[in-house]
Amino acid sequence: MKTNISFTALTSTLVIALIAASVVALNTGLADIEVVAGLQDFFNGEQSLAANVAGQIRLPRLILAIIIGTTLGMSGAAMQGLLRNPLADPGVLGVSSGAAFGAICTLYFGIAASAWYWLPGAAIAGALFTLFMVYLLAGLHSSMLALILAGTAMSSIMVALIAVALNFAPSLYAMQEIVFWMLGSLANRHFDHVSIALPLAVISWIMMLSRSRFLDALSLGEDSARSLGFNNQRERWVLLLGISIGVGACVAVSGAIGFIGLVIPHLLRPFVGYRPGRLMVASALGGALLLVLADILVRQFDSARELKIGVVTSLIGAPFFLLLILKTRSRWA
Amino acid sequence: MMTTTLIARNISVIRDNNRIIDNVDVQLLPGEFVGLIGPNGAGKSSLLRVLAGLHKADEGQVTLGNNKHPDVLLQQLPDRERAQLLAYLPQQETPAWPLQVEHLVGLGRAPWHTPMGRKSERDAQAIERALQITDLTDFRHRIVTTLSGGELQRSLLARVFAGEPEIILADEPIAALDPYHQLHMMELLAEHAQQGAAVFAALHDLSLAARFCSRLVLIHHGKIVADGQPVNVLTTENLQQVYGISAYVECREDGVVIIPRKRVI
Repeated sequence: MKTNISFTALTSTLVIALIAASVVALNTGLADIEVVAGLQDFFNGEQSLAANVAGQIRLPRLILAIIIGTTLGMSGAAMQGLLRNPLADPGVLGVSSGAAFGAICTLYFGIAASAWYWLPGAAIAGALFTLFMVYLLAGLHSSMLALILAGTAMSSIMVALIAVALNFAPSLYAMQEIVFWMLGSLANRHFDHVSIALPLAVISWIMMLSRSRFLDALSLGEDSARSLGFNNQRERWVLLLGISIGVGACVAVSGAIGFIGLVIPHLLRPFVGYRPGRLMVASALGGALLLVLADILVRQFDSARELKIGVVTSLIGAPFFLLLILKTRSRWA
Repeated sequence: MMTTTLIARNISVIRDNNRIIDNVDVQLLPGEFVGLIGPNGAGKSSLLRVLAGLHKADEGQVTLGNNKHPDVLLQQLPDRERAQLLAYLPQQETPAWPLQVEHLVGLGRAPWHTPMGRKSERDAQAIERALQITDLTDFRHRIVTTLSGGELQRSLLARVFAGEPEIILADEPIAALDPYHQLHMMELLAEHAQQGAAVFAALHDLSLAARFCSRLVLIHHGKIVADGQPVNVLTTENLQQVYGISAYVECREDGVVIIPRKRVI
């Protein structure tokens, strides 16, 4: 793969592509409207069909796609850097399953419908609870292996609990709600969702990016990172907390959207010279780009049943990932 | 000018009721290249980890002193300040990612960075110098996973040099290298010591240790058996008692020749 591309060139290319994709995304949809005029009306507080469609439907959807793509891409890069393993993704910690279980509880008991904030709130609580349990199980001064084991165990428990919720779903309708929610979607989201996801996402970005030098040093191993002046335990927990907050916030507003955290860092790694710190920035942009593109694709299918974006990312992601593994097999073997 | 002295007093490390390190006193003075020798399992790595601040000794204390701040306990020194003074080169360090040599060496500047700060002029100079003295300038864009064992080990040493440490603790830096690269590594460490730094390296090659080190520390079962000039440490009696070998030892002008002959235990 071609690797002699400067970091500035890479990030500017990604930013330009993201802007272009965003313009396309705003112009994609069922209603035939003047987007620019609609957005102008929306920001001036004028009521019109174009203002409603562009401002209330497409803009929050686009912003959410960017926030979630950024967070998932960055968390994936952070997790792979932390575990020094290109096959890791934020799911390893069990945080996404925990968030999903929290959200599903509200769907199961039917309280999700009573107010919009119940579901995202429960999802974030689920994510933090899972991290707390991992922390308790693995201990503060734990090795990476203990963390992975604790994370996998918590993930299995959460998936089992989700299965229980599905099994005893009070009605077919509730079951359908749960299943659809687990597929991941950006449809019918509004600015309330943005306002719950954005602050948490920004906090998680800061927590992750501020540890980029630690991830670089960690390329050399735990002992070397410590001898280079890092407090491994503290750095690691800041990263894990950042990943949990970010992923929790994402799952809270969109459901489970898979494969971005795994594929994007893997794809962009050669272009940043395999440096974990820079990879987080590149993966953030790449994740946002992929999710915006996937959301445009989803909206091409004009049908009564919405194609879920999580299905698309998995459908693209899994074969693509297989291809990447086959291509780079010799390097990792 | 480098003036930091490392003093370890009454160090003991206890694991499962075993004294892995038993009441060890070591001093490292500026300008010294000290070899740490002893058979497998003698406690060389454990001692180095304690001195590097990676493992807390169960008994005793390690202090760092220089003309700026006299005698600080290693444990009380903030991680970053400790890392600026003291570098540790672990045994068999393999980079997790196929980084470029230049970037790998740049990691050694980590103790001097602020969390979000950019690379400074001094960082660039230190990296350049480290590449130069290790003869890696032409290798700067090579990918570390494609390097030979000797080249990789040299890159890792360049990483250590880039941090401009006053004390280097190296755990078997020349294990698994061919004689050419062994000599190269030893020369680089000796040169660094000549410039006023203290180097403490765990070594298995006794002849090379005797040839390059100004002092040798011999440990056995976690205890120091001998500490002094190579000719006084590498005696046939010591080799027999500690390594369990009968060896031919000859002191010559250009060093000590040691040829192991047979096992005696």
